[in-house]
Amino acid sequence: MELMINGKSRSVSPDVRTIEQLLQSLQLGEKRVIVEWNQQILQKEEHGTTMIESGDTLEIVHFVGGG
Amino acid sequence: MLTIGQHTFTSRLLLGTGKFSDLDVQAQAVEVSETEVLTFAVRRLNLDQPDEPNFLERLDLSKYKLLPNTAGARTADEAVRIARLARASGLCDMIKVEVIGDDQLILPDPLETVKACEILLAEGFTVLPYISDDYMLAKRLQQIGVHAVMPGASPIGSGRGILNPSMLEWIIADARVPVIVDAGIRSPKDAAYAMELGADAVLLNTAVSGASDPVRMALAMKLAVQAGRLGKEAGMIPVRNYAVASSPVEGMITT
Repeated sequence: MELMINGKSRSVSPDVRTIEQLLQSLQLGEKRVIVEWNQQILQKEEHGTTMIESGDTLEIVHFVGGG
Repeated sequence: MLTIGQHTFTSRLLLGTGKFSDLDVQAQAVEVSETEVLTFAVRRLNLDQPDEPNFLERLDLSKYKLLPNTAGARTADEAVRIARLARASGLCDMIKVEVIGDDQLILPDPLETVKACEILLAEGFTVLPYISDDYMLAKRLQQIGVHAVMPGASPIGSGRGILNPSMLEWIIADARVPVIVDAGIRSPKDAAYAMELGADAVLLNTAVSGASDPVRMALAMKLAVQAGRLGKEAGMIPVRNYAVASSPVEGMITT
């Protein structure tokens, strides 16, 4: 399945169905990340219930050092 | 106590987390600064390096409140999007609204800043706009209900210190919310001066992260903020044009 993640196209296993599974497949399961899925910002509780499809656009962001 | 919206703090030094060259040094600097508020930026995660160390992971979040910024935004809509992303972390409700209108001076765009603040206030954020040292803008932002105003001392990272103390004094004199002097601080003198002018707090980043010894500078800034605040509270003597002797003028043997 092809997804657009952080501005780049990325192939993901078709077994990945939810945002939560996607984060695990990207080794981000334990990280404090924030996900925007097709322009919709998700709360953490929604990660397990939001189903993804090929062609979806995602932003996966986090807090970095800044002033 | 410093009160910003629902939050209260003992420390009056807010610390940025950018541009530290070493996470251990940063952790020590944060510790000795005794800050309770740390700013962060929101950025794309590098998916090719998911294990890249991140300062946030090292923090005991029961000790610090996070103040994410909207740096990178050039319009109100972009700032609002970043603020919503930051809040979706579930870690904070405060947002430093930073909408930059010029790359060279990294100065905030006042019109977009006001627009972003209006939207974020309506959505229940605790809103702290970064602004130029502009009395009227500070006033208008307070009228719409921001929880603090953060006028810059001078452009971000410039180290030029407080360029217009009179403007800061006027902003402070009429403020109904905390005034946090943000950006441009270089030396402890600048931080102390901001507090002497009556600022409620100081936010700085590069002054510490860019110092030769960030840990010692963090300590110096903590003490400077405390000294400036104490000096303000203690009441300073008036400035006079001519000298006033501090030794008695009577009983001199030299007549």
